[in-house]
Amino acid sequence: MNAKSFLTAMFLCLPAPASTQGFAGLGTNANGFAIPQQGTFLSFPADHGSHPNFRIEWWYLTANLKGDDDLEYGVQWTLFRTALRPGSEDGWSSPQLWMGHAGLTTPNHQFFAERLARGGIGQAGVTADPFMAWIDNWEMTTVGPTLQQLNLKASGADFAYELDMSTQGQQLVLHGDNGYSVKSAGGQASYYYSQPHYQITGTLSLPHGPVAVVGQGWLDREWSSQPLAEDQSGWDWFSLSFDSGDKLMGFVLRGASADFTSGSWISADGTVTALQPGDFQALALKHSNVSGRSIPTEWKITLPAKELSVVIQAVNKQSWMGTSFPYWEGPVTISGSHTGRGYLEMTGYE
Amino acid sequence: MKRAALGALLSHWWRHPLQLITLLTGLALATGLWSAVQAINGEAKASYNLATSEIGARQNETLVPKTGFIPLSRYVELRRSGWRLSPVLEGRWPQNTGSLRLIGVDLLSHPTFSNMVENSDSESSFSLDALSSQEQLFLNPKTLEQLTVHVDLPPIVQSDQIPIDVALGDISLVERLLQRPGQITRMIILPEQPLGLHPLEDLAPELQRQSYDAGQMSRLTDSFHLNLTAFGLLSFAVGLFIVHGSVSLGIEQRRGLFRTLRAMGVPLHLLTVLLLCELLLIAIVAGSAGLVLGYLIAAALLPDVSATLSGLYGATVEGSLNLRPGWLISGIAMAVVGTLIASTQAITNIYKMPLLATPGLQARAQAASSQQYGMAVLGLALMAFGTASMLVFDGLIAGFALLAGMMLGTALMLPLLLSWVLTLGLRNARSALGEWIWADMRAQLPGISLALMALLLALATNIGVGTMVSSFRLTFLGWMDQRLSAELYVTAKDEDQAQKLVLWLTRRDITVLPIRWSEVPFHGTKLRIYGVQDDPTYREKWPMLQVQNGAWDRVSNGTAVMINEQLARRRNLWPGDDLNLTPSWKMTVVGVYSDYGNPHEQAIVTLPVLLRHADNVPNLRFGLRLPPSGVQNLIKEIQQESDFEGITMVDQNDLKARSLAVFDRTFVVTGALNLLTLGVAGFAILTSLLTLWNMRLPQLAPIWALGITRRQLAWLELWRSLALAALTALLALPLGLLLAWLLLSVINVEAFGWKLPMYIFPLDWLRLLVMALVAAAIAAAIPARKLALIKPSELLKVFAHER
Repeated sequence: MNAKSFLTAMFLCLPAPASTQGFAGLGTNANGFAIPQQGTFLSFPADHGSHPNFRIEWWYLTANLKGDDDLEYGVQWTLFRTALRPGSEDGWSSPQLWMGHAGLTTPNHQFFAERLARGGIGQAGVTADPFMAWIDNWEMTTVGPTLQQLNLKASGADFAYELDMSTQGQQLVLHGDNGYSVKSAGGQASYYYSQPHYQITGTLSLPHGPVAVVGQGWLDREWSSQPLAEDQSGWDWFSLSFDSGDKLMGFVLRGASADFTSGSWISADGTVTALQPGDFQALALKHSNVSGRSIPTEWKITLPAKELSVVIQAVNKQSWMGTSFPYWEGPVTISGSHTGRGYLEMTGYE
Repeated sequence: MKRAALGALLSHWWRHPLQLITLLTGLALATGLWSAVQAINGEAKASYNLATSEIGARQNETLVPKTGFIPLSRYVELRRSGWRLSPVLEGRWPQNTGSLRLIGVDLLSHPTFSNMVENSDSESSFSLDALSSQEQLFLNPKTLEQLTVHVDLPPIVQSDQIPIDVALGDISLVERLLQRPGQITRMIILPEQPLGLHPLEDLAPELQRQSYDAGQMSRLTDSFHLNLTAFGLLSFAVGLFIVHGSVSLGIEQRRGLFRTLRAMGVPLHLLTVLLLCELLLIAIVAGSAGLVLGYLIAAALLPDVSATLSGLYGATVEGSLNLRPGWLISGIAMAVVGTLIASTQAITNIYKMPLLATPGLQARAQAASSQQYGMAVLGLALMAFGTASMLVFDGLIAGFALLAGMMLGTALMLPLLLSWVLTLGLRNARSALGEWIWADMRAQLPGISLALMALLLALATNIGVGTMVSSFRLTFLGWMDQRLSAELYVTAKDEDQAQKLVLWLTRRDITVLPIRWSEVPFHGTKLRIYGVQDDPTYREKWPMLQVQNGAWDRVSNGTAVMINEQLARRRNLWPGDDLNLTPSWKMTVVGVYSDYGNPHEQAIVTLPVLLRHADNVPNLRFGLRLPPSGVQNLIKEIQQESDFEGITMVDQNDLKARSLAVFDRTFVVTGALNLLTLGVAGFAILTSLLTLWNMRLPQLAPIWALGITRRQLAWLELWRSLALAALTALLALPLGLLLAWLLLSVINVEAFGWKLPMYIFPLDWLRLLVMALVAAAIAAAIPARKLALIKPSELLKVFAHER
């Protein structure tokens, strides 16, 4: 067991090898942890905060940005929480562990950094009202009404960014059944909502100097105790913003016997349509060699109900997050029946 | 032709197996001792590396408090400002058998923790449950063996990556075991830091950055290893004298053969190459045997070495030996290079030898006389160089330079000195036989002088090191009587129990002296400050080296401090000087006390002053004063009280016996190497005499022909050897005493930080003289026996074969 896989095992408390139980151990069962229940109404701002009785949770922001140098950039800011056992305690004995990932994608380089922290001592955490999520000096802080205006900061050894994000008061998007999002045919589910409407201005600090950027951001919030079925090895997750103003979130959970797909269609006017399993189709067109693995970096996406047929291409095919548990995450461009930009996350490729 | 010639050359050894064995043994011994020392040093270094690289991840810079501990909130603030740090909480964890160094780390952020545990045995490696509870303690299997059963021990994971006497665990567990919640001892500054950080000096002015100071510990242990290496080199050099003797003999005896081979058409250069091949073969065989021997010696001595290092320096070295490839190669290389060096002279002689030259002893002796002067001049130069380096530089290296200069210088002057003594004897000889004896001894001198030089070095080392160890022991005994003045030492499990115990003891009219201390950062290391309660015990018994009038009064009214000798010498602080214990805490030094067996700096203040300046001063250990007859009863009573379960008690006698045992073990290695070196020197004399034996027959035959019996000749042979050994021993005495003085007053101060008075042990010298004489007698016994039993016809042949 090397240092990294040790940390991963540590963080997600799974016995090695990870592959037998789904990517990053998300397929383990929910010993003593709370389980998402259909029919629960999410309540805000409380649910912006953390849910220590659930095993895993994340605050996940991705942004497609354009620099004043006319280049395409992508930014990721993620705070993961995982619990060794349910509940919270003060001090080092807290069972809560936190992990932050920051990524910055340029057309030809991927910057990333990782932070790990113990819960219970204040090094990392999330407060709901006023909203603030942090690990070390990485922060996502409300500067106006909750989640409508945010300031976002992260820095690594060779990059940093600081972004101001705001919405025009658009509603949160609750996926699935009012935020109850089914993840497998067997019924595994999570609570899942998003705020996909951020307008962003800010600055990226890169080795050759600062770059001013503008663009759009998409925040995902999800928590659960067992979001994957045991035979699911990973997922391909798409968040696409079309020039028409419509948006699409869709994912494929790759199973040993069958894939499970789902998603949401968010019209320009804000109405959300939950997609039925199988509606959303993603077909890998081209694979690239990334960090010694073959990873699809060009996809064909179809959604017949919306007459959508598009090709998704990675802005940078090497958008690899070489973190404790590694995955591909980066900005994409959209062409075909619709055009636009978006983000793609692919996990579980060995 | 080559094969035939090589066969002819090697056949010599076939016919002289004893000689071959001598040569092989000499070389194997030399390589063995050298490799043993190398193996020990290598093992110790590997252990230090393990300890320093993996335990507190000390290759990284750390952030330490100027005083006390770092509160958890400080750690979080600094992490929140972006600094990537990893917290470490460290303390002594009392166990029944002593205490463990308990280190708590944040498993998530510690830079090397995962490396340490990945080799842990699979059965008890990380399991989900144990991890979730953060309740595991990591221990080296050897540490676990030493622990007696402890009921409160958390689940243990064994890993041989963890140094001995260290327990490692998650900080949440450790802060509970040490009862230090929310405290951090130091923070490791992780190598990779993000952009745009504010300087730590601004964010946390109360903390100071500390790069890992390999300095002090390695300086201390280096001196020990330097000592060992010097011993190893000495043994190797002595061993080479043996090789020199044997090879010279082997070549001397084969002169006739060489002549025949040359006459049969073997070219000179081929002959030389073949001889070199032969030597190479011998070197490899003997070198390999030496490696085996070295491994065995090292394995036998290593437990003592590790005891020495932990006793004197607190450095932990594992007691087991690993084979390192570098060691194997260097051992063989030493054997080969050593053999070549030792045989250069003999081979050169062959190369230069006229085809039909006759060997002669006297002629060689005359050539050697000019050599003697050259060596003596070189010796004087070396002595002058040593003295000069001592005057110009100071420190350990200068001490060793003086030591080496004196030793080698005297050794090089030995042949000339001996020859003067023999000339003096010759002048005073009354009879013809007497004259012959003196002259014959002088004639033998060049052949045996190398062996005598080896004996001189071995004897001087024995006298010097022996005097040092005995002086140290005597001083140490006296010091222990003063220092360990309380009749019983007790350690409570926790503060509650300690309070109850003190109350219980005072009710019985027993004087309780609390032993409390705190460690403060001091010049990049730690200074341990003891807080004492004023008591006649200290005033009467504390082992002072220098003290001002009314010193204890000034200590007890809180205006002055006593320091140990190590601190006094290292920082040059003596009574009357001011000492800054911390940046804001200054006191006048009023006394310096001796503190043997402890490499660290230390100070004593009165208890209230310590409590005012330092927090975290545990109150768990006490010295009890009571009539010695009551000690055993008191121990029983304390053991019977249910409140006092878990209290550890050591009575004074026990403690003294244990300390003395540690002390004695410390010098077992020195003693063993001493004896081995002397043994090798004796062996060197034997080979030299054997070499001379053959060459001497032409000289002895005429004496025999003049009417001296073989028996008489044999006795003369023996006496001669004894006389030379005795003369050498006489010269070794002043050299040994000089060595002892250097060790006590120069090397010890540098290496340990204390100076010791020198005591003289004439009985030991006598014992050594006897040993030297016995060695010389044993060495001369074989040639003497041969002489006594030689057939008259052999002696007659000398005349018949007059070449």
